[in-house]
Amino acid sequence: MIRFLLKGLLRDRSRSLLPVLVVMAGVTLTVILYAWLEGVESSVEQSTAHFSDGYMRVTTRAYAAEANPAANDLALLGVDTLLSGLRHDYPDVRWTPRITFGGLLDIPDAHGETRVQAPVAGLGVDLFTPGSVERTILPLGAALIRGRAPARRGEAVMSEELARRLGIAPGQVATVIGATMDGSMTFANFTIVGTVRFGVAPMDHGAIIADLADVQSALHMENSAGAILGFFPDDLYHENRADTIAARFNAARAEPGQFGPMMQTLRQASGLSGLMDYIAAFLDTLIAFFVFAMSIVLWNAGLMGSLRRYGEIGVRIAFGEDTGHVYRSMLVEAFAVGLVGSLLGTAIGLSAAYALQVHGFDMRPFLKNSSMVITDVLRARVTPGGAVIGFIPGLLATLLGAAISGVGIYRRQTSQLFKELEA
Amino acid sequence: MNVLWLVALLVQLPSGDEVMRRVDENSFADTRIVVSRMIIHGRRDTRTVESQTWQRGTTDAFTEYLAPAREKGTKMLKLADNLWTYDPGTDRTILIAGSMLHQSLMGSDLSYEDMMEDPRLEHSYDATVSAADSIDGRRCWVVDLKAKVVGLAYETRRAWVDAERYVPLKEELYAKSGKLLKTVQLSDVQQLHGRWVPMHLLYRDVLKEGDGTEFVVVSEEFNTALPEYLLSKAALRK
Repeated sequence: MIRFLLKGLLRDRSRSLLPVLVVMAGVTLTVILYAWLEGVESSVEQSTAHFSDGYMRVTTRAYAAEANPAANDLALLGVDTLLSGLRHDYPDVRWTPRITFGGLLDIPDAHGETRVQAPVAGLGVDLFTPGSVERTILPLGAALIRGRAPARRGEAVMSEELARRLGIAPGQVATVIGATMDGSMTFANFTIVGTVRFGVAPMDHGAIIADLADVQSALHMENSAGAILGFFPDDLYHENRADTIAARFNAARAEPGQFGPMMQTLRQASGLSGLMDYIAAFLDTLIAFFVFAMSIVLWNAGLMGSLRRYGEIGVRIAFGEDTGHVYRSMLVEAFAVGLVGSLLGTAIGLSAAYALQVHGFDMRPFLKNSSMVITDVLRARVTPGGAVIGFIPGLLATLLGAAISGVGIYRRQTSQLFKELEA
Repeated sequence: MNVLWLVALLVQLPSGDEVMRRVDENSFADTRIVVSRMIIHGRRDTRTVESQTWQRGTTDAFTEYLAPAREKGTKMLKLADNLWTYDPGTDRTILIAGSMLHQSLMGSDLSYEDMMEDPRLEHSYDATVSAADSIDGRRCWVVDLKAKVVGLAYETRRAWVDAERYVPLKEELYAKSGKLLKTVQLSDVQQLHGRWVPMHLLYRDVLKEGDGTEFVVVSEEFNTALPEYLLSKAALRK
């Protein structure tokens, strides 16, 4: 029976080619958009995690309530103990302390007088501890434009854009003027050994990265850090796992006061929940829209097919074929069309998405003055979901289209069939 | 007694300029050397910073921080409208200008901008006596000050000035918008070398959490000759 139906489909191109093309086009678009949104969501999560909040973040309650990430007067104290506790209790997560600070970068002339100054955003990261997670999270070597990565204390790298603006070459000494944990003005000299470009606008506008111990010493934050960040080993955000770990930590560390530690997930810490919800809602709307639009097109195609096959269906019913059987056979045909269209659309969509994953889309012109911690080359992301998502509108729309247009079969009166056929 | 004083003086208030002239007359000296202690009550802890300041006239001053060990050797030089700081750790002398002036001085409730103020308020503000009041049993004039110079840290101030000693006992400092920024309470007024000097000042930055910053005068000398080299940039690195 199925072979018979398939033969019919293949021989009558108007029953197969047009619906397959419609389904294929819709599925291709769905798959590309799905992969693109997955890529954007993943880029936002990863960039925010790497440069700002981790997938989980431990801070004091006061720090968490503060919008300013450089509020180091509210930093965590006793970081060594806290860190070893975290590593013991949650060994599947890679924990690392970070200090974010702001200040002025002062470049001296030959006489030690200020030649030029510029505002700078600083990161104190664990560069030298063997096995430090920062080597994969912030791979300075890969981001280097000039010079080299810091190899010893007192060395730092800065963004290429800022270095060019200030006329700094690797090897020069720069003074960071910042604020200590107590709020005093503080000065620290760093030898700029290299310049970097991360492809993240706020970092590339004006950032300096130095070893955590140097920054702790400069800001009078020995054994303190603004935050301890947690990263999953696969460097992806697993929201449910992060929620569970944060809830467990917060339940176990219910110390009173605003300086007690608390853990937040990326969603909570970064304020990304709105964006993530928006992307998820957009994706649902997109699929619903395609199902609806394609259903109308395929319903129409089905109606036209029914009109063309009016005689054929009449003969089949006149020969005693059950109307339900005719209707079901049309659904099987639709399923076959949907399946073929979805397979082709998914293959084309995934290929296009893969090309977008490899080459990306350069957003630099749109992110010139952006303060969002997001990479400026956005890429699609091919995931297992992308291979499945197209089948929802692809199969659903064809079945829906056939189901609606095929209802007319039940309205045919057997007594009228021969009259209709004679006519 | 106080009520009678208030009623009597409400009908005959002195001029603001006269009050401020006498305030400046009491406080102004050609030179002064002040050893002080700044007790900073932060959100988490309390720190004490000790310093010695050599001041010439109203425009020039040199400060050396003596304690704690971390701040020891940090120096500051103010010459007219310029303020430099020297950090012994980096051996750098930095001009503090622009937004850096708004920063907190050693984490206290004072800012670098406060250091840049002309101590003779009559130079920068128009004064009006708006009321009579009393603080801790001392009769005071309430003086409203409005900036007559552009670019001051505080557009308006209200000072409670001791009506006999001409020492401010309380001050409220306001932004251009009218928002209260800081309060200062001056107490432990003592007579030193014929002048009335408040030995204890409590600064509170109302936009900041914490219990304020106490500024305690340990010793103060007036009109002592200062070594010429001290008020120069060269002295910062010595």
